[in-house]
Amino acid sequence: MLGLGVDRLRADMNRLLALLFHQGVLDEQFLQLQQLQDESSPNFVSEVVNIYFHESEKLLRNLRGLLMDKEFSDYKKIGIHLNQFMGSSSSIGAKRVRNVCVAFRAASEQNNRAGCLRALELLEHEYCYLKNKLHELFHIEQQRVLAAGVRYPMQH
Amino acid sequence: MERNVVVSRRRKTDTTAATAAKIDGFDVLPADSEEAHVLAVDDSLVDRKVIERLLKISSFKVTAVDSGRRALQFLGLDEEKTSSVGFDGLKVDLIITDYCMPGMTGYELLKKIKESSNFREIPVVIMSSENILTRIDRCLEEGAEDFIVKPVKLADVKRLKDYMMREVRIESESNMNKRKSCCDLTESEPSISSSSSSSSSSSSSESPLRAPISSSAPSSPTPLDSPIRRLKMTPTE
Repeated sequence: MLGLGVDRLRADMNRLLALLFHQGVLDEQFLQLQQLQDESSPNFVSEVVNIYFHESEKLLRNLRGLLMDKEFSDYKKIGIHLNQFMGSSSSIGAKRVRNVCVAFRAASEQNNRAGCLRALELLEHEYCYLKNKLHELFHIEQQRVLAAGVRYPMQH
Repeated sequence: MERNVVVSRRRKTDTTAATAAKIDGFDVLPADSEEAHVLAVDDSLVDRKVIERLLKISSFKVTAVDSGRRALQFLGLDEEKTSSVGFDGLKVDLIITDYCMPGMTGYELLKKIKESSNFREIPVVIMSSENILTRIDRCLEEGAEDFIVKPVKLADVKRLKDYMMREVRIESESNMNKRKSCCDLTESEPSISSSSSSSSSSSSSESPLRAPISSSAPSSPTPLDSPIRRLKMTPTE
């Protein structure tokens, strides 16, 4: 029942998206990205998101490296990393990650090291959740594309 | 040394799959008379990918660079390094730049462009994730056409067409051909504004919809969903 497979997969995707919206993990900017995906750029969303993952993990490593350093004092650098992280998160619609960055930045502006460490842990947690969910989303999408292809081999 | 960036190539290009060449590290798309060419400046790779796609899907040609310095180099304005490989005059119809960038900010880039006699007429749009009124005012006073609060959406990009130097989207088929034939400029003082003057000199029945944008009173309809105060007057067209 390949036809049912495609429909069920689409339903799964929509359900997951609805959940992520409801949780505030994603916002309408993610939908905007989806609108930019078409036949001429069929993997646009996953391409951008993968760049985002790559950059974010670098930023998170830098942040952790800075804060774990016993002689740490460069809050300005933390701010710079956070601005980058905030910007890219907002550009892909990663709302909760962005909001944690805002709180993190506030702590860094107060030179509050303990607050920064707490914010960093929360940030890593939120980022992890986002990454897992988006991978899940892309996986369902991949399966849907495959199922649709098998069902209509002579399409286009 | 400023280079005159003026003449578009007259080659026919496949607009759906434009081939990109690499010149001096820039991804350069061949110029085409039909599509306006936007220079996008942003240090964030994620944002560059998004703005590039937004622009392409809105039928613009795009060159995306990662710094104000690179943007000036592309235009031929950078004092320290001018490209020895000529860009063959790839015309830039609009510059869209992020505000917060390491090195040269978008504001500093805006100033440099407006200070240049060759490029001051190119409309510049600023993007920023921060909605700070003083920042917005400063940019508009310096001559920016608009200020877009990030994240940038399709509706924001569609609005950019209002600031275009070219009237391509309004012209009829016959005017296109006339414009093509007279667009090999031989004027003694080529400048960015010459594209509109050449189309008006091509005895077309349709008058150019847009005059070269001056810094004092750019003509653009008031966007209804602009997040910022509009300081300019609504013109008659």
